[in-house]
Amino acid sequence: MQTALRTALPETELASQANFAPHARVVREERLAQTSGLPLTIRGLRKSFGDNEVLRGIDLHIPAGQFVAIVGKSGCGKSTLLRLIAGLDKIDAGSISFGQDVKPEDIRVMFQEPRLLPWARVLANVEVGLGRDRASQDADARAERALTEVGLADKRHQWPSVLSGGQKQRVALARALVSRPRVLALDEPLGALDALTRISMQRLLERVWRDQGFTAILVTHDVAEAVALADRVLVIEEGRIAHDVVVHAGRPRARGSVELAGLESSILSHLLSADDRT
Amino acid sequence: MSLIDSISRPRAVRLPRIDGLIQWIVPLAIIAIWQLASVTGFVPTRVLPAPSDVVLSGWKLLLSGELVRNIWVSFWRASIGFLIGGSIGFAFGLANGLSQLSAKLTDTTLQMVRNVPHLALIPLVILWFGIDESAKLFLVALGVFFPIYLNTLHGIRTVDPQLIEMGRIYGMTDGELFRRVIFPGALPSIFVGIRFALGIMWLTLIVAETIAASSGLGYMAMQAREFMLIDVVVLSILIYALLGKLADSASRVLERLTLSWHPAFQKR
Ligand SMILES: Nc1ncnc2c1ncn2[C@@H]1O[C@H](COP(=O)(O)OP(=O)(O)O)[C@@H](O)[C@H]1O
Ligand SMILES: [Mg+2]
Repeated sequence: MQTALRTALPETELASQANFAPHARVVREERLAQTSGLPLTIRGLRKSFGDNEVLRGIDLHIPAGQFVAIVGKSGCGKSTLLRLIAGLDKIDAGSISFGQDVKPEDIRVMFQEPRLLPWARVLANVEVGLGRDRASQDADARAERALTEVGLADKRHQWPSVLSGGQKQRVALARALVSRPRVLALDEPLGALDALTRISMQRLLERVWRDQGFTAILVTHDVAEAVALADRVLVIEEGRIAHDVVVHAGRPRARGSVELAGLESSILSHLLSADDRT
Repeated sequence: MSLIDSISRPRAVRLPRIDGLIQWIVPLAIIAIWQLASVTGFVPTRVLPAPSDVVLSGWKLLLSGELVRNIWVSFWRASIGFLIGGSIGFAFGLANGLSQLSAKLTDTTLQMVRNVPHLALIPLVILWFGIDESAKLFLVALGVFFPIYLNTLHGIRTVDPQLIEMGRIYGMTDGELFRRVIFPGALPSIFVGIRFALGIMWLTLIVAETIAASSGLGYMAMQAREFMLIDVVVLSILIYALLGKLADSASRVLERLTLSWHPAFQKR
């Protein structure tokens, strides 16, 4: 098989995790030079809810500016992992480090629900994303710039309730990006959108990621989406990273190319075979 | 506009001219029929005076200054009682909605007190306060307290927890979180409480003034009954209805102004 399936077992040395195929390395290093992203190192991460041991030792290194997708069966702990990375829940054991001290504004999260304030206009909703800079003089200008980036500048005075699902999610993206985060964690952000809106949102996501160079961690149940967007796809099974797949295809990617389709079906077969075993 | 369309469309959407007039057609028709029935002797004026007689007696009372004075007294009692009961209810609603400790401490007690019909306290209140102003204020405040308390509490408890989490993620302080997320989220429910409370406010006041007062609309009606002035009795009842409607309209206007973000209040 031409796909590069690797198993990231705990004994794998973190340093050697960067042994991508030459092509991927070139792409990555080119990005590294201009990235604003933060690298992410996770060691021995565990998390349980009561008796339910959800994460049983995650070891992972994500280089700065990489676009990582996380896939896995429903309930396997993807959201849990993402929430731990974003600092929303407490870690039971292990560590997550970004290689330096981070400010809250450096790490942003996006969810499947846009979570906009219905009683605030679009622009005010984006300004929420500025965190403590909300009151600063250039807040409006920054929020408008972020709205322009997602193509919604003309909606800035609207109430969220008049926007479509895709537009709401774009406002949520603008809110997440307005503080120029260095890590963006996304929990199935396109899960509730229709197929066409999804594809245009994927393009938008890829574009802002290339423009801004943050480290992107995308949880998705759509394997096609994962291989279309990510540099690397992680498969979570039984609380561990069972597969760590590098996507070599260059960008911009041709959707539905033979290469991506092959990768997609091989990842899917892994997900399904895990299903057969249980 | 189809029928379905007009039903699904919230009534707050088009207040101007036509809709504003339509709602008065039925009351006006009733008054016209009533007048006709009285003039033709179909309804004896001992039972129900003609609208024209009611208006006439209203005019006389207006000239004597008695009407304005009594309306003013009742209005004053209603507002002060509402403000006192409403603020206390709001404060308890906030406290119990925001603090587990406070809720554990007081909610059960309040729920128990709620099951006592506040009008049942009238004999006790008269013993305590006589027919003093404080008796009426106490009863109105007590009646208003519960709808405001319950709906404020409910509003705060049902604010979308995902929005609260969002606020925290984006670094809102507790104060900001309250001002920007929790309070606006609870506001629609608080307005439901206010509308309920306004109804209870008038009801309480009528009963209290009828039983224990020496001024006010309820007292005016009772006096008129003593002297068999049925037109004044009917006048008092109509003024109560009018004031109730006025209070309701005022709360609707306030609602429309503060909830303009709400889909139900948006112009298409
Ligand atoms: N706050 C919580 N309390 C208890 N159990 C939880 C909580 N969050 C998640 N879980 C459990 O953890 C497991 C993983 O959930 P999650 O990370 O949301 O999965 P998914 O991969 O679908 O995003 C599930 O079994 C879920 O029931
Ligand atoms: Mg999930």
